[in-house]
Amino acid sequence: MKKIQEALKERILILDGAMGTMIQQEKLEEDDFRGAKFKDTKILLKGNNDILNLTKEKLIYDIHTKYLMSGADIIETNTFNSTRVSQSDYDCADISNELNFQGGKIARKAVDDYLEKNPNEVKFVAGVLGPTNRTCSMSPDVNNPGFRNITFDELLTDYEESTEALISSGVDLIMVETVFDTLNAKAALMAIQNIQDKLKTTLPVMISATITDLSGRTLSGQTIEAFYNSIIHVNPLSIGLNCALGPKELEPYVIELDRISEKFISVHPNAGLPNAFGEYDETPESMGNFARKWSKNGYINIIGGCCGTTPEHINLMKKNVKNIEPRQKKNFEPKLQLSGLESFQF
Amino acid sequence: MNSNINFINIGERTNVTGSAKFKKLIMSDQFEEAVAIAKDQIDNGAQIIDINMDEGLLDSKEAMRKYLNLISVEPDIAKVPFMIDSSKWEVIEAGLKCIQGKAIVNSISLKEGEEIFLSQAEKIKSYGGAVVVMAFDEKGQADNVDRKFNICQRAYNLLVKKINFHPQDIIFDPNVFAVATGIEEHNNYALDFFEATKLIKSKLPFAKVSGGLSNVSFSFRGNNQVREAMHSCFLYHAIKYGLDMAIVNAGQITIYEQIPNDLKTAVEDVLFNKSNLATDNLLEISKKYSGNVERKKVTNEWRKQSLEKKIEYALVNGINEFIESDTESLRKTNKSPLEIIEGPLMDGMNVVGDLFGSGKMFLPQVVKSARVMKQSVAYLLPFMESNTEEKAKKKGKILLATVKGDVHDIGKNIVGVVLQCNNFEIIDLGVMVTANKIIETAIKENVDLIGLSGLITPSLDEMCFVASELKRNNVTKPLLIGGATTSKIHTAIKIDPLYDFGVCHVTDASKAVAVASNLISKNKVKPFIDSLAKEYSSLRNNYFKKEKSSLNNIENCRKNRFVFNWNSYTPPTPKVKKINFQQNISIKKISKFIDWNPFFEAWELYGKFPKILEDKIIGKAASDLWKDAKKMLDKITEENLTSPKAVFGFWPANSVGDDIAVYDEKTKVEVSRLYFLRQQMDRSKSKSKRANFCLADFVAPTSANIEDYIGGFIVTAGEGIEKLAKYYEDKNDDYNSILVKALGDRIAEALAEMLHVDVRTKFWGYANGEKFSNDQLINEEYIGIRPAPGYPACPDHTEKKTLFRLLKADENINVKLTESFAMSPSSSVSGLYFSNPSSAYFGVGKVYEDQVKDYAKRKGVNKNIAEKWLSSSLGYVIED
Repeated sequence: MKKIQEALKERILILDGAMGTMIQQEKLEEDDFRGAKFKDTKILLKGNNDILNLTKEKLIYDIHTKYLMSGADIIETNTFNSTRVSQSDYDCADISNELNFQGGKIARKAVDDYLEKNPNEVKFVAGVLGPTNRTCSMSPDVNNPGFRNITFDELLTDYEESTEALISSGVDLIMVETVFDTLNAKAALMAIQNIQDKLKTTLPVMISATITDLSGRTLSGQTIEAFYNSIIHVNPLSIGLNCALGPKELEPYVIELDRISEKFISVHPNAGLPNAFGEYDETPESMGNFARKWSKNGYINIIGGCCGTTPEHINLMKKNVKNIEPRQKKNFEPKLQLSGLESFQF
Repeated sequence: MNSNINFINIGERTNVTGSAKFKKLIMSDQFEEAVAIAKDQIDNGAQIIDINMDEGLLDSKEAMRKYLNLISVEPDIAKVPFMIDSSKWEVIEAGLKCIQGKAIVNSISLKEGEEIFLSQAEKIKSYGGAVVVMAFDEKGQADNVDRKFNICQRAYNLLVKKINFHPQDIIFDPNVFAVATGIEEHNNYALDFFEATKLIKSKLPFAKVSGGLSNVSFSFRGNNQVREAMHSCFLYHAIKYGLDMAIVNAGQITIYEQIPNDLKTAVEDVLFNKSNLATDNLLEISKKYSGNVERKKVTNEWRKQSLEKKIEYALVNGINEFIESDTESLRKTNKSPLEIIEGPLMDGMNVVGDLFGSGKMFLPQVVKSARVMKQSVAYLLPFMESNTEEKAKKKGKILLATVKGDVHDIGKNIVGVVLQCNNFEIIDLGVMVTANKIIETAIKENVDLIGLSGLITPSLDEMCFVASELKRNNVTKPLLIGGATTSKIHTAIKIDPLYDFGVCHVTDASKAVAVASNLISKNKVKPFIDSLAKEYSSLRNNYFKKEKSSLNNIENCRKNRFVFNWNSYTPPTPKVKKINFQQNISIKKISKFIDWNPFFEAWELYGKFPKILEDKIIGKAASDLWKDAKKMLDKITEENLTSPKAVFGFWPANSVGDDIAVYDEKTKVEVSRLYFLRQQMDRSKSKSKRANFCLADFVAPTSANIEDYIGGFIVTAGEGIEKLAKYYEDKNDDYNSILVKALGDRIAEALAEMLHVDVRTKFWGYANGEKFSNDQLINEEYIGIRPAPGYPACPDHTEKKTLFRLLKADENINVKLTESFAMSPSSSVSGLYFSNPSSAYFGVGKVYEDQVKDYAKRKGVNKNIAEKWLSSSLGYVIED
């Protein structure tokens, strides 16, 4: 099959949409999450979407398939919260490995089955590493600014376990997404490097940060350029932005990323900002229009959706970017590019 | 922060081995108090902070972790990159695990062999860090230039070739050692450092050089004045040899120009190992420097007037000599600082304002007056802070900024000064300011007006972006647009439609006051904005009518190309073929080539030089300015304050359609391509039968089968200009700061002129016999041209990138391109050389969609990208 690097040179690739929104629509109950396997667990499991990889395999498979049918080229595994540290909230840390492996398997099967029927197409599985529920460079306690509730080494070990399970399940690439603390991301990226060295693989890596509000910074306070400088050493396939904001709010940062990035650019915004009911209002048409505008302006290589997006959103994006040339890669003179919360170039 | 700086200060005080105070706080577990030291270093100008916890009685690893965790959550500190400084690898690695940004590790070396060196470097790479490599190997620390360089070269090759470490992430520390120790072997240490620095910078591409400054003066412990003089001189010279950064006590660097001459000479004799007596000499002189410097006494007739009159006289005449003591005397009369500012100072400035308004004073004089005012206010400021209620009443608050990607600020600074003189409060955000920063400040400071400035064409696009972003963020304050690249028509067509709350193009500083006053007045603002909007809208309508009628398709224009008879012509072969680099070019020689007209224009004094000096009305202002300019030029020359540099080269070339293919000298393989635009005005009805020119027409086409050439150059007035301007700016002396920058621009232009003479007569050597006066040169009577990318004959600034690559600008000359392709330092000029006897300067004018489409295709960029860079040359509206 064609490599993703080649496909990206030819066209804009479509990433899938939200998993959570699709699961929510099923109105699942506690028992659905538990299945037979976890019927005796003491802690409530409702909301632990990743556990559905083990208890509602068919449901996850169907969601992947819907996105494939609606035109997504890259399918994200349902493993956003499958790290050991995230699962410890549900007392499920010990099944982290299994969640990642099964999550990868389901997506792999969905893609393989689809390709069986559509042999001329190219589709990819992205193994997802989420940000976890802890922050390595911020204190959760305002009175104790030097305190941290997780260390780099703990995160590194967790991410290594998740990465190894994902790669073993047969994913095509790894995606570190919804990065709100760059130090967490650096631990994930080092884990990927360590496991790839161990397994002698060279899967491409996508990185996507989250700008949490209109200050234009990550939750841990970095500007986009500072973030870029902090993670570019891993030579990722793409750098992008996702979550937190809708396309309208995200636009200036997409432009900023386009200005600075030597890598392919991915964007998967939320379907707008949540309204008073916690729902997302951005219509498929309006998101499709942003996709068209951004691709016409040459800002993007990969586009998809985050929270609140559905196969309809993805389908319209696909239609709207069809036959538009992808963003051309830029090359800059080498510079010493350092960063704190802000970028420093020399 | 960006690469328009030429030197990085790394704060040294957060170091237990260097700062007794910091050590005491850390040892007594007062970490939170120790955080303040980091803040202090940054407030004093440190752009990176060095953190060192190497102390025998300390758990260094834990202390590093704890301190980094604390400062990482302080936004004012964490904004800068950190340098983790330790001789213990485990401490370094513990530090790397706490830092989300890209940090620098200080340091690793070959001390324990290649294996350990490479494994540590590999780890640093996987944490995403840059690294300082010390000139230290298995045999020990390098002390002479050869060993220093050889070790660095060996380390460089290992890092780059064996583990693919990015060379731009390597910083060498070639060891600063103490000099003037009395030991003869130490005498050459500073010079060895300088020369090793130069070798590293020239032979190891992209690598940087750093050093720890305080070692050099170690033998003068206890005499801070001499130590600081040594640091300042050392830095001053090391930077010239290529030093990029140094670990310094930020805020405590003596200004080089302020070191007494005898001390300076003695220090420099030591640093450059000029004689065996240098150390003794410095020891002798150092005895003299422990007390204070005496003040000289001067009296003048006007000094006998009343205090208020003296202030007025000083303001109107721009004399700053006595202003501080006069201000102090006023303060002693029991007036509050505010009363002084609003009383005698404002009264004096009102006189200045009236004289300026009625055309009796001129810009340079007003800027000098403002200097006096500013220095007086600066003197009063500390007395005001005790009473925060006090705040002088201002007419209004104006934000000024040179937009992102642009580094030019002479015009903006002049406007700022003039507005300040008229009692507006100015928030000047400086150069390269992002839209976000402008919006943030506009909202936070609740400014009344926002002024955007720019000199190069891509700034026009950035201004549009800022305008749309302001609107998107609900900012509703009027926008002023100014700067050499801006125009009323561009403002009307491109910016005005993007913003609903008033947009006004301001032609020059003298107009700025009236415009700002109108926009701030409650009664006048609405009619003023309405009339502007009307004017711009009618400009827009007329523009589009006119442009459509002169449309001519590119194919027809190409048919009407300039045709040269290549059959009977042999292009001259350049006498030198490789890339040539010249530095330390004598300013004395350059200044003969200065065209003074633009200099006076920068100060809004219009008239032909030298007649302008005797002009009935502006002659006095012009000749005073001219005197000050000559004095400053002499100062720059005599004290060697900047080092002008030039790089140029020639390559075989042929035109291919509207492009020029540039070939390798030996292999004749195409190595680069320059893309040009063709004039697209409709010539079919004109009687002149002029061609539709394109620069490519002046080089022999491939089809003619003749070997032709093209040349290119970059010249710069040097890094010293911005440094000197900053020095004056810090002293509240806008007059001299602007003067220096304006002179810097002249020096760069004059150097381009001078070099072009040498190119024509020597290096390309096609005009051996030419002898022109400076006026003839200014009138471009010579053969051949030197058009600059971004200017009328080739309006695309992005072509500079090709030129810079061809000339290896990064290795040869310290001129960088910003993201908008402005050159930094801003006193720089670049261009292409054409030798063809028929080549002539022309302006491309407006281009149309068919040509832009073709141009973008040739260049291999998206059409919208090409349109972005050509926005001010487009003769059509881009449809969304």
